[in-house]
Parts: sequence; structure tokens; C-alpha cells
Amino acid sequence: MAIPIKYNLLSIKERWTSTLVAVLSIAGVVAVFIAVLAMAQGFRKTLVASGSPGNALVLRGGASSEMESAVTLEQVKIIGDAPGVARDDTGQPLISPEVVVIAAFPLRSTGTDANVQIRGVSEKALKVRTFVDIVDGKFFSPGLPELVVGINARDNYSGFDLGSTVSFGGRSWRVVGIMASNGSSFDSEMWCDAVVLNQTYKRPENIFQSVTVSLISPDQLEAFKNTLTSDPRLTVSAISERSYYEKQSIMVFTLIEILGFLIASVMGIGAMFGAINTMYSAVSARTREIATLRAIGFRGGTIVASFMLEAVIIAVCGGILGTIIILPIHGNMASTMNWQTFSHLSFAFMITPAIIFQGLGFAAGVGFLGGLFPAYRAARIPVATALRQL
Amino acid sequence: MVSTQPNQSPKALIVLRNVSKRYRRGLETIDVLSQVNLDIDAGEFVAFMGPSGSGKTTLLNLIGGLDVPDNGSIIIAGEEITGFSDSMLTAWRARHVGFVFQLYNLIPVLTAYQNVELPLLLTRLNKKSRKKHVETALSIVGLNDRMHHYPRQLSGGQEQRVAIARAIVSDPTFLLCDEPTGDLDRASANDILDLLQRLVSDYKKTVLMVTHDPMAAGKANAILHLDKGKLNSVSKGLATS
Ligand SMILES: Nc1ncnc2c1ncn2[C@@H]1O[C@H](COP(=O)(O)OP(=O)(O)OP(=O)(O)O)[C@@H](O)[C@H]1O
Ligand SMILES: [Mg+2]
Repeated sequence: MAIPIKYNLLSIKERWTSTLVAVLSIAGVVAVFIAVLAMAQGFRKTLVASGSPGNALVLRGGASSEMESAVTLEQVKIIGDAPGVARDDTGQPLISPEVVVIAAFPLRSTGTDANVQIRGVSEKALKVRTFVDIVDGKFFSPGLPELVVGINARDNYSGFDLGSTVSFGGRSWRVVGIMASNGSSFDSEMWCDAVVLNQTYKRPENIFQSVTVSLISPDQLEAFKNTLTSDPRLTVSAISERSYYEKQSIMVFTLIEILGFLIASVMGIGAMFGAINTMYSAVSARTREIATLRAIGFRGGTIVASFMLEAVIIAVCGGILGTIIILPIHGNMASTMNWQTFSHLSFAFMITPAIIFQGLGFAAGVGFLGGLFPAYRAARIPVATALRQL
Repeated sequence: MVSTQPNQSPKALIVLRNVSKRYRRGLETIDVLSQVNLDIDAGEFVAFMGPSGSGKTTLLNLIGGLDVPDNGSIIIAGEEITGFSDSMLTAWRARHVGFVFQLYNLIPVLTAYQNVELPLLLTRLNKKSRKKHVETALSIVGLNDRMHHYPRQLSGGQEQRVAIARAIVSDPTFLLCDEPTGDLDRASANDILDLLQRLVSDYKKTVLMVTHDPMAAGKANAILHLDKGKLNSVSKGLATS
């Protein structure tokens, strides 16, 4: 039978100063670990939220992003007539042909320039993305150089408050509205009239870069895709809007995660040595106690389990502390370059229960590895010799 | 009976035959025990005396399965323990041996009750019957009222009584006490010795005790003297005088 956990808990309490070092170092690692995962998670969630499950995104065949794509007005019309496309009350297809340009503006925080994605749309954009709300001001008027600015873009760049005038593309624009999009990447964008944007950048008026299509239901996607690819007049391909954005998130998400695991591993090794040290000193301070337990008849394996448990308890305490320390960053904003669009994307740190679980698991792992050698040593203490020690 | 001659009492509880133990320290080998023979019947109270470094603790460790001899055999309750693996010895100790140490060796973070309960955690007894056993053991040593005290809240004599309660709680085959009064004042030492005597007379325990104190040895039924690796019986009068 096992040595009661109470013995470990009380022993930890007895030697709390030495334990504290291990607890704090593990807390630090877990805090960083959780922060990085929360960052990756937040980034991913923001992009995934940009895609509606019932929407398809149509790009030129072979284009992997809107930046590389082109779709003509005639093609837009054919796409709108495809089966499976939802229609509004007036029978108009719910499709939003859009263009995008990148412009650089100074950040409020540093004053240095960062890229913003400016999306040329029509009022249809709001119909295919019902989660986008004008939270202040109004939507732009067709034909006018007016801007609707995402809340994160407004907060991050100087000069984009409602009513202000900004200039890009060789003309000035008025900020007439602020939009919020449920934490999606559109919060980091600015929207204006597609026709005006094309004129400003001297692009052909009849060419768009993407068409976002509302389908009657998500299961229409396959049929819709097939219609487009089999139509000889079209050179486009459709994917679900959600997977388009999910794909966009993968690279940065993976990069942040790998970086996070690397940093956490390096720090974790440091913390593990802290735990090893704490446990070795716990073992040597309790040599005679261990020998006494062995003399009474407790097995070596029981001693190992007891000390391993102690190490894991200490580590998990560190993990809990680290979680508590880092929890307030949940919901805090961060921004990073979205390498698929070369524009800045704001997102909120997102600590999910799964991430906390991973953090505590990481802590337990550090404790387990750190406890292994000291626990083994404890079990191997030569009983007769140890009992002679004072 | 107690004898240091071979083949005296084939039904003895504790039998040592030609037991030798040497330690190597660098190039030097010390023959701590050479060809020791010993028979101790159940119910005896035996005192071991001898100069410091003569091997008393070593002998007790061998009998208690904490150490193994280089030669010879140790047979306890008809079972030869020489040749047992480490884990077999561990299980054997839990069943047969109650240890009492000079410095009590209580676990400081556990109460008297929890210290006494420790050996019972190795048995199949449930919590309720463990409680009964612990309370019985503590009442035998007269410390029922100190059950929830921590070792540091007890006097040396009381600590040693808790240690004795821990040694007897699982009703082992015999008790091994290495200088149990070595760290106590005269009065506390007498209490402990009276307690050990009582365990032998009233509870039919077998007690092996190492001591430097002739007065303590005088309380035993038999005194054995260890010197230069050899064990000899001594008449009680000679030891106490
Ligand atoms: N692990 C060991 N390695 C080397 N020598 C040892 C070891 N253990 C004991 N010895 C030696 O064996 C001899 C007997 O030691 P032991 O502790 O049995 O004597 P003792 O009679 O109990 O002495 P004391 O009365 O001082 O307690 C001593 O010379 C001691 O130094
Ligand atoms: Mg000794």
C-alpha cells in the first residue's frame, strides 16, 4: 500500500522555501507556454471566424489567395446564376464580388507603418457576412470615397476615428463608419466601394479578385464547385470560405506553436533541473526517514511512487500558479503579420480549457521527469547505512 | 533459552549458524562478525553488549533483514532468510520485525497516531481495524492521550514509547531495539525498559536489545557479549556488577 499523500504534502510544507524555487520556475514556464498557445489559438480563431460555414469563396483557378486572383464581371454574373446560390427577397443572388489592396499607415503604438488590407465591396458584402455590424456611423455611399473601418484597425492606426479624413492611393477618404465583425479578421480591415477603389488604383473597372457566395445551405458546396469547374466559360475554383481562412491561419498558427514549444521546452528543461534539485535535496534531507520506512517494510517502488507524486504535486502547483498569473491576458489584443495577405491582423489571446489542461500537463511532465532520478535514488538508499546516519 | 553454541536448540525462534560479516574500508577488511552462532527461543529478552564498533548494530541488522551476511545462515521462525532477494526481505521485515532505534526515527510531519499506523498500511486491514490496533498499541505504551501530538511536541521518552508502539502495532515476530535508552535520562530509560519487560512478560514478545548500559542489560533475561567478532553469553551477575 502507498505512503499517504499527507506525508508528501506535509513534507513539502516543511521544506517550502526550497520547494518555492521549483514552483516559481515551473510557474514561469507554464505561463509562457499558455501565453504562446493562447496566442496561436487567438490568431486561428480570428481567421476561422472570418469564414461563414454557408459561404463559398470563388477565386481564379490556381490562386491560393485573393491577392493573386482575378475574376471578371461576366464571370461574376455566371457565378451568381449557378445552382445552390442563395437569393435575397428581390431575387438577387447573394454574392459579393470584392477587390483588395494593401496600404501602409502609421500604428498608434509605435508610429511606424504597418499594412492594412483595404477591401473594395458593395452593400452585398454585409448580406453575405451577416455577422458584420456597423457599430458607429453608417455604411459607405456607393460611388463616394468613403471608408468603413474595422474596430481593431481604428484602434491600432492613428487617424481613423469616425469622421476623420485620410489619404491613400492619391486621394482623400472620409471615415464614415466603424464596423465590428465578431472578432474576425474583418475587424482589422477597411472597407470601401469596389468601383471607387479600382478607379483610385487605376485598375480595370470590371475585374474583381474574389467572389464570396452565400449558398442555400453548406451541403450545396460540392454541387456548386462542380458547376463552376465544368463550365467552359469559367476559369475559377470555389472553396468553402471557412477552409480558405483556416488555411490562411495554419502557417502562422503552426509557426507560433512550434516557436512556443521550443521556448517552453528550453525553459522547461531549466525548470526540470530546478525540480531535480529540489527533489534531490528533499531526498537527502529525509534519508533517515526513507531508511526507516524501508526498515518498516515499505518497498522501494512505494518510495519511488511517493517521491514522484511529490514532484508532480509540486510541479502542478507551479502549473496552477503559472495559469493564474497568465490568465488575465485572456482577451488582450495582440497583432501580427498575416503572411498570406501581408497585412496586420489583430486578435485576442484566447486561453481555452484545453490550453490550461495542456499547461498543467506540461507542468506535470516537468515534475515527472524532474522527480525520476531523485525518487530512484531515494529507493536505492542503502537502509543499514542510512540508519546509522544522524 | 539463549545459546551461543551451535545446535543447542533446534526449535529456537532465531537461529544463526556460522554467520560472518566483513566490511571493506579501502584495502583493509574488518571482520566484524566471524562464525557467530546464536539460538534464541521465543519469549526471550536478550541484551547485547560490547565495546563500540564491536558489531552489535551489524548483528541486529542481519537478524532484522536490513543487511545480509557474507557467510552462514540466519533462520527465523523456521525460515531461512539468507538468500532472500531485497524485495523478499522487505516484505519479510514488514511481517516479522519491529524496529526500535536509538533516535526513535519517528516521521516528524506525522502525528503519533499516524506514525504508529504506518506499518499497518502494509497490511490488508481497513481504516477501522487499523484504528483499533493503533489505539491498543498506544494504550500499551501509555500514550493514548498523546495520539494527535507531533513528535516535536513529545519528550524523548514519549517519542521512544511511540516508536515502541509503532514496532508492536503489527504484532511482529520479534522486536529489535538498538540502544533504545541511549538518548534518554535515567528515569525515562527505566520507563522504556519496564515497558520492554512488560512486553516480554505480559504480551509474550521476543525482544533483542543492544545497550551500553549494564543497568539496562540487567533487565533482560540473558546478556550476550560481543567482542572481536565473537559472541559469548555472560552471567547476569557478572554484567550488572
Ligand atoms: N557500511 C559500512 N562500511 C564499512 N564499515 C562499516 C559499515 N558499517 C559498519 N562498519 C564497521 O563495522 C564495525 C561494527 O559497526 P557496528 O555499528 O555494528 O558497531 P556497534 O557495536 O553497533 O558500535 P556502537 O556501539 O558504536 O554502536 C565498525 O568498525 C564500523 O566502523
Ligand atoms: Mg551500534
